[in-house]
Amino acid sequence: MIRPFGFNEFLFILTAVQWTIALSAIAFCGGGLGGLAIALARTSSLKLLRLVTTGYIRLFQGTPLLMQLFLVYFGANIFGLPLNAWIAALLALSLHASAFLGEIWRGCIQAVAPGQNEAATALALNYRDRMRYVILPQAARIAVAPTVGFLVQLIKGTSLASIIGFMELTRSGQIINNATFEPFKVFGVVALIYFSLCWPLSLLARRLERHFARSTAK
Amino acid sequence: MPSDLQQEAARKAQGAEAAVRMEGVEKYYDAFHALKHIDLEVKSGERIVICGPSGSGKSTLIRCINCLEEIQSGRILVYGRDLTSGSSAVEAIRREVGMVFQQFNLFPHMTVLENCTLAPRRVRGVSREEAEAAARRYLERVRIPEQAEKYPAQLSGGQQQRVAIARALCMKPRIMLFDEPTSALDPEMVQEVLDTMIDLAEGGMTMLCVTHEMGFARKVADRVVFMDEGEIVEIAPPTEFFTRPQHKRTRKFLGQIGIQQQGFSE
Repeated sequence: MIRPFGFNEFLFILTAVQWTIALSAIAFCGGGLGGLAIALARTSSLKLLRLVTTGYIRLFQGTPLLMQLFLVYFGANIFGLPLNAWIAALLALSLHASAFLGEIWRGCIQAVAPGQNEAATALALNYRDRMRYVILPQAARIAVAPTVGFLVQLIKGTSLASIIGFMELTRSGQIINNATFEPFKVFGVVALIYFSLCWPLSLLARRLERHFARSTAK
Repeated sequence: MPSDLQQEAARKAQGAEAAVRMEGVEKYYDAFHALKHIDLEVKSGERIVICGPSGSGKSTLIRCINCLEEIQSGRILVYGRDLTSGSSAVEAIRREVGMVFQQFNLFPHMTVLENCTLAPRRVRGVSREEAEAAARRYLERVRIPEQAEKYPAQLSGGQQQRVAIARALCMKPRIMLFDEPTSALDPEMVQEVLDTMIDLAEGGMTMLCVTHEMGFARKVADRVVFMDEGEIVEIAPPTEFFTRPQHKRTRKFLGQIGIQQQGFSE
């Protein structure tokens, strides 16, 4: 039975936004933890660590996010670990985010002047203290803008989780469209909601970038 | 609370022990031979100035002493402790060796006081109060006590370098390394940094300074080391070094930097 696209349908889509936000937020946190580990491994003095993590990053940068989702979702099933769409989407997005954030943050760590690490080393600070007190606080300032930029990519990327059946913004749009057959209206609304999530973040990223560019120029 | 190194030094303190002893040190950057069979002994309390043309290996030499650069063969002993014997020796030696860099390398996200207290607190385990009190004493000594709460970017180059000296002194090092400490400074700020270094030298600090300030070398150095192409060409007390250099390469260098020698005959 076809029904018109009305306020209830709109509300149905709007409430699904919480799952998009939850998925993005958790994947961002998971990816952040993994990304920090990868960034540290990529800048480590141990060659093996650098090689392994470089391979990991290349792998995720060189394959589509959709394939990563498929591989985690269907792969886990093959190995007798049936994951539901929630866990599979979270896992795949976290791994994806860890590779990208790892690469972004590696660049930020390496952008800190080498003299900083030398001075901290000469003061007999060990690796942990050098990172914690000297290098990472400075890298973090450089990292804020590109990190927020990546968060925008990640939010948009969560739409792919609809394909493995995870009920988020895009999936709710598909469901409403199947009932109303008004794809332009439905997906127009869905797109607008994504836009209203991402646009403020993009603005924030640009402002932060300008802010830090100005403060480092001083 | 004397450290291992200090106890060790105290035991052997009969004047014989060298602060730094380099034996047959070889250093390569890939195929480039940066240090060629360096033998150098620095006694406790001695002030050494190292000079030479750029690329001669003088910075590399002092950076080897606190293991910022790895050496490929030879030995470096700091107060009798072998730097090449493992990472715990490296840690111990870095606690006793302070370093001042050409580019200051202050931590820009920390105040002057935080710059000075970080290592004593984290490495020596000193309490915050104690570390801050010590830091203020050293800032007083380098004559900038009023800048303690500022950030490095708010200071002039000369002030930043004096903070860097204070920061190194806060670890109570027994040896200080200076890597062209005045080369990045505007001319009018050179003297204030040199004065701080002279004050330190007069206090009996063991110092190795890479510098082009020949006036400083004349005034405080016990010996001047001249390096060229990765080798130590000549070591002599300053009066001898500047007036009667033995080697042709030394004379050429002194000529290039505008110092005329007596008894120069070719």
